[in-house]
Amino acid sequence: MCMRITEHVILGQEETAKLVEITVDGKPLMAKEGEPILAALLAENMIINRYTVKRKEARGLFCGIGQCTDCAMIVNGKPNVRTCITPVEQGMVIKTQYGVGEGDGEDD
Amino acid sequence: MISKEIVIAGAGPAGLAAAIEAAKAGAKEVLVVDLNLKPGGQLFKQIHKFFGSSAHRSGTRGIDIGNQLLTEAKEYGVEIWVNSAAVGLFHDRIISIEKGLDSGEKELVNIQAQKIILATGASENVVRFKGWTLPGIMGAGAAQTMINVNRVKPGNKVVMLGSGNVGLIVSYQLMQAGCDVVALIEAAPKIGGYGVHAAKIRRAGVPIYTSHTIIEAKGTERVSEVVIAELDRSWNPIPGTEKVLEADVVTLAAGLKPISDLVRLHDLKCVYNAAFGGWVPKHDRNMESTQPGIYVVGDTTGVEEANTALEEGRLAGVAAAERLGYLTQTDASALKDDIWERLDGLRMGPFGEKRMVAKNQILAAFPECAK
Repeated sequence: MCMRITEHVILGQEETAKLVEITVDGKPLMAKEGEPILAALLAENMIINRYTVKRKEARGLFCGIGQCTDCAMIVNGKPNVRTCITPVEQGMVIKTQYGVGEGDGEDD
Repeated sequence: MISKEIVIAGAGPAGLAAAIEAAKAGAKEVLVVDLNLKPGGQLFKQIHKFFGSSAHRSGTRGIDIGNQLLTEAKEYGVEIWVNSAAVGLFHDRIISIEKGLDSGEKELVNIQAQKIILATGASENVVRFKGWTLPGIMGAGAAQTMINVNRVKPGNKVVMLGSGNVGLIVSYQLMQAGCDVVALIEAAPKIGGYGVHAAKIRRAGVPIYTSHTIIEAKGTERVSEVVIAELDRSWNPIPGTEKVLEADVVTLAAGLKPISDLVRLHDLKCVYNAAFGGWVPKHDRNMESTQPGIYVVGDTTGVEEANTALEEGRLAGVAAAERLGYLTQTDASALKDDIWERLDGLRMGPFGEKRMVAKNQILAAFPECAK
């Protein structure tokens, strides 16, 4: 399901952007270069970014401006990256984060 | 350590306006830092036309004001560091910036500033109910960022909690983005925001539940159902009035509070003000805080709206430029009087008056203003 807003009554037609390929939990995904990682995932209706340390509860977009860290994921091997303020780059490897992200995205 | 004449934390309307005014007056090394990837603060998600008098660009969309400010900032040689958070504030006006580098790494830069202006804005309040941490439940501002800036929908069926102007405007914008707004929930017996915004929601056929709140959000790894209930006069849910709404997004629009991390780091004296969203730094009519040379502007000094933030930024920009010797006292006074006149104009009417009272309380709390 694509959640992108291509036509908008005020903003008009979506600007064309360069598409790049990223990998999300092992699967390839086409994303707009420079858009927040979170937006690229949301466009595919993927809303879970991480699971909490103790209760292993799902978390996703909450503040959208880099304040709350609920959207943290493992990006290119680095855990705790706030995906709502981190732009997409060609070839990025993104993984759902479990707990604090030890073990490179595998189960903690 | 490097040095700058003026360092401004926050590139929203307040910070940019401060930078522009100071640079316009002749200040040479004006640096604005912002933790976001783009300057403009929250202006770029405000795609609706602003209210107010023509002097305040009523009828202009926030996004256009943002672009205009960026153009002016460039014209006057203002330096902007994005992806760069102000993380420390020390004696003798030293500010620490975690500067974002092109390589993607960060570098800590300490700056000796002659004047510092804090324009760090506000953050959204949360509302805690059972299940509030489920994915799909988010700040109304977060949803607004997604639809208007990133152009992706956070989901399809939205329940909005809160009917202040943010709740009303974002509800309407979610509909413009193609989402279905299932219901607008308001705990108070009356709608909080402007009638003109509420009318748009009503005309679109969105049910508005006043004297209601969310009791619980249900779902497995994503919200799928929202349980609401009616509230009695003491704000307690009335048993038996529960309704279940189907939704995959819940947006929380329960007001904002000033971001005061830097303010607290350097012990700027604060005062509590409920109408302004919580603890706010005391300041005088130049927007100077209790720490000489450190100014506070915009939502940091009390949650209002973009136009007042912009004018307060201008005030601090003029005042800082005056202290640095770029404006004579006469010229600066004339500029400041004009700005105060516009600010007074913005703090009128049934909604603005409360803010006028609150601002006067803040000013009265500053020792020199009380005299």
